Amino acid sequence: MEVLDGLRYTEDHEWLRADGDQAVIGITAYAADELGDVVFVELPAVGRRLAAREVFGVIESVKTASDLYCPVAGEIVAINDALTAAPELVNGDPHGDGWMIRLRPDDPAAADALLDAAAYRALIGG
Amino acid sequence: MSDAASLRRTALVENHRGLGARLIEFGGWEMPVQYAGIIEEHRAVRATVGLFDLSHMGELWVTGPGAGAALAGAVVTDPTRLTVGRAQYSMICAPDGGILDDLIVYRTGEERFLVVPNASNAQLVAAELGARIVGADATLEDATLTTSLVAIQGPRAREILAPLTDVDLGSLRYYAIAAGTAVGVAAHVARTGYTGEDGFELFVAWHDGPAVWEALLDAGAPAGLVPCGLGARDTLRLEAGMPLYGNELGRDGTPFEAGLGRVVKLDRGEFVGRAALETNAAAPRKQLVGLVMRDRGIARHGYPVYLPGAEIACGEVTSGTRSPTLDVAIAMAYVPPGHAQVGTMLEVGVRASRVPAEVVALPFYRRQP
Repeated sequence: MEVLDGLRYTEDHEWLRADGDQAVIGITAYAADELGDVVFVELPAVGRRLAAREVFGVIESVKTASDLYCPVAGEIVAINDALTAAPELVNGDPHGDGWMIRLRPDDPAAADALLDAAAYRALIGG
Repeated sequence: MSDAASLRRTALVENHRGLGARLIEFGGWEMPVQYAGIIEEHRAVRATVGLFDLSHMGELWVTGPGAGAALAGAVVTDPTRLTVGRAQYSMICAPDGGILDDLIVYRTGEERFLVVPNASNAQLVAAELGARIVGADATLEDATLTTSLVAIQGPRAREILAPLTDVDLGSLRYYAIAAGTAVGVAAHVARTGYTGEDGFELFVAWHDGPAVWEALLDAGAPAGLVPCGLGARDTLRLEAGMPLYGNELGRDGTPFEAGLGRVVKLDRGEFVGRAALETNAAAPRKQLVGLVMRDRGIARHGYPVYLPGAEIACGEVTSGTRSPTLDVAIAMAYVPPGHAQVGTMLEVGVRASRVPAEVVALPFYRRQP
């Protein structure tokens, strides 16, 4: 299962990509594969403040619903509206077009405490 | 039963692994939940054809001169009214009318009946049937672990199966069964299923399962046949408005409450649960309905159902998903009998939100004749 170098990861299977003073967040290819066909993604409002590990949304596959956890504290600056009409983007391109939220982290260094690619690969047994 | 070592495996488990299936625990068995993906498998069954391993289902043979009469006292239908070669949907109830399981009863001979319970209830049903036929001139044989069951379902199922069996599929009616051969092995071929499509279920010897499975996979490939897991089976049956034990059916409900009162035959003699069911028929405590969500959100098993604006839940969702065929979120739920009319607007509690839902007629999906 694809684990991209340069991203940070959580044990809940979210990824975080640093982008200047912002961070883009989604779920990993491993998580998307485990969920199966994604049919619904519920995302928070732009401007909302989130604590680290706070639930920021819900992802539903055909079979089940799962919470989405924010890897680091911050304020939401954008959400991926394309997922409303095309939730299957999460399966097709989990690290790219299937991104979920763009966050301005309170602490730009907070992401350093997350798993790196090697640690995440070890977590999922890959 | 989460201990993998204690799970039962069908004769087809290596075939599933070879096809890249994701295996899960279901009813005490390790079963494929999906291969390529639930939506793709679902659509294949609606458009062309899909293949299912259902070997986890129970197979209980009740045979002997008194078999039909004994069964008639044990289940809510009257199997003595079946002509040989036909089947009926049935249920086995507790004395209080609660549903112990739903069943298909096939009559394969004057004195031979095949009862098919759900995997998770097979042992309970075997024990109950055994106890209920004591004293009758009939015997019960549990063939669950010596029978493989493969289902081919979808509009092209007949054309794929026909060249591989000596059973005349054209004259085999819906809810009929015939003994013959399929792929060169002895088989009971039934025109039954759990998908809302035309299709067939093949009961064969345990060790013949893999050969039947592989032959149907090969024969169906040009038509687009795909192997299908329990995930697609669940979305297909839900669209078709068919109940699932543990969701719509359980000890805490009756056939009448599940909207299946027509299954219960009261114009006959005594059977277990009869008195309670007669009372319940006139005064059901709840009613199973179909719901279509009218805003964003998917109702799931266990979610509360409310009258609009009410604080206290009046009912509960039993099954729900996004319908791959209809492209809307559908659900089944129990609600008070007074709020079960088609067109009634209700609300489903989806996490912190209330999502409006409309009571609709079941099934959600009906195939074109």
